[in-house]
Amino acid sequence: MLNRKKNNRVSNEVNAGSMADIAFLLLIFFLVTTTIDIDKGITVKLPPWSNEEVDPTKLNKRNVFSVLVNADDQLLVRGELTEIGQLRERAKEFIVNPTKREDLAEKPTKAIISLKNDRGTSYGTYIQVYNELKAAYNELWTEKLRTKSGYTKESVFNDDLPIAIRREIRSEIPFVLSEAEPTNFGEE
Amino acid sequence: MSKFTKKRGKASPAISTASLPDIIFMLLFFFMVVTVMRSSDRMVDVIVPTASELTKLEKKSLVNQIYIGKPKEQFRDIYGSAPRIQLNDKISDEDDIPIFLEKHKIKVPENQRTKITTSLRVDGEVTMGIVQDVKTALRKANQLKVNYSARPNAK
Repeated sequence: MLNRKKNNRVSNEVNAGSMADIAFLLLIFFLVTTTIDIDKGITVKLPPWSNEEVDPTKLNKRNVFSVLVNADDQLLVRGELTEIGQLRERAKEFIVNPTKREDLAEKPTKAIISLKNDRGTSYGTYIQVYNELKAAYNELWTEKLRTKSGYTKESVFNDDLPIAIRREIRSEIPFVLSEAEPTNFGEE
Repeated sequence: MSKFTKKRGKASPAISTASLPDIIFMLLFFFMVVTVMRSSDRMVDVIVPTASELTKLEKKSLVNQIYIGKPKEQFRDIYGSAPRIQLNDKISDEDDIPIFLEKHKIKVPENQRTKITTSLRVDGEVTMGIVQDVKTALRKANQLKVNYSARPNAK
């Protein structure tokens, strides 16, 4: 009975001074482990699946901008061997047709880009080509936007842009890209 | 003018650090919420190509990922060295894609299901054949919103 503990000793407040240190430690742990990986990429909308093939002969030849990429990652644009670097300019010229040439698109709304690749084409090249074609349209959209009053500096990537304006531009220069089934060359 | 003369010589009191833990905790919680622990191990090597015309994928919960690339070194014995598709955490075939999409779809509220995007993370060296098969499978499964994952060009 003598060595009964003194139960009535009131414990004092826990010292909260080290709380900040503990929190710091956890904070640094999460800072180090966090990888905010932003998922970015080229967004596309695939055409719905159908068994019927579009008959390319129905289209007027001057309105089709055909891009073929072979298994050696070479580019054939409208029958000519072309470098990827020139693709953007050629696509823009084709769509707008500033000098009203007979062999380029009648007007932007009728322009169709047709992309075809081999199964052996490397994905990197395919993305480069797709990127250039998309870039051509993005530049044209921006140019179109700048001709409208009040939007001299805006870019089409601005999210604050009114949807009506966006729709208007897209209806004037629609992005039509048709992808044909690839040919079976050069698959690994 | 004496109104404006500052009282000099009075030592400023020490700044209270009592709220420091609170501030740190706030930051801590922010990072805890933001941190996404990678749920599935990558079994294929993927180095996505570079591009300039990129769009950002906004809602993580509306995105499902398909990886295509060569199996990593330690899996080559089992899966070979030809490019393969990875869905969730296992190597799969394009026949598994509809089930994979359906499994993701049921987790998404019904009114947002049309906004589901598939992020294709494909290695730049892969040939288009396998990518085309995946694209065909996606089209057949009526999953038409696709994002080709890419890095921004180095400037």
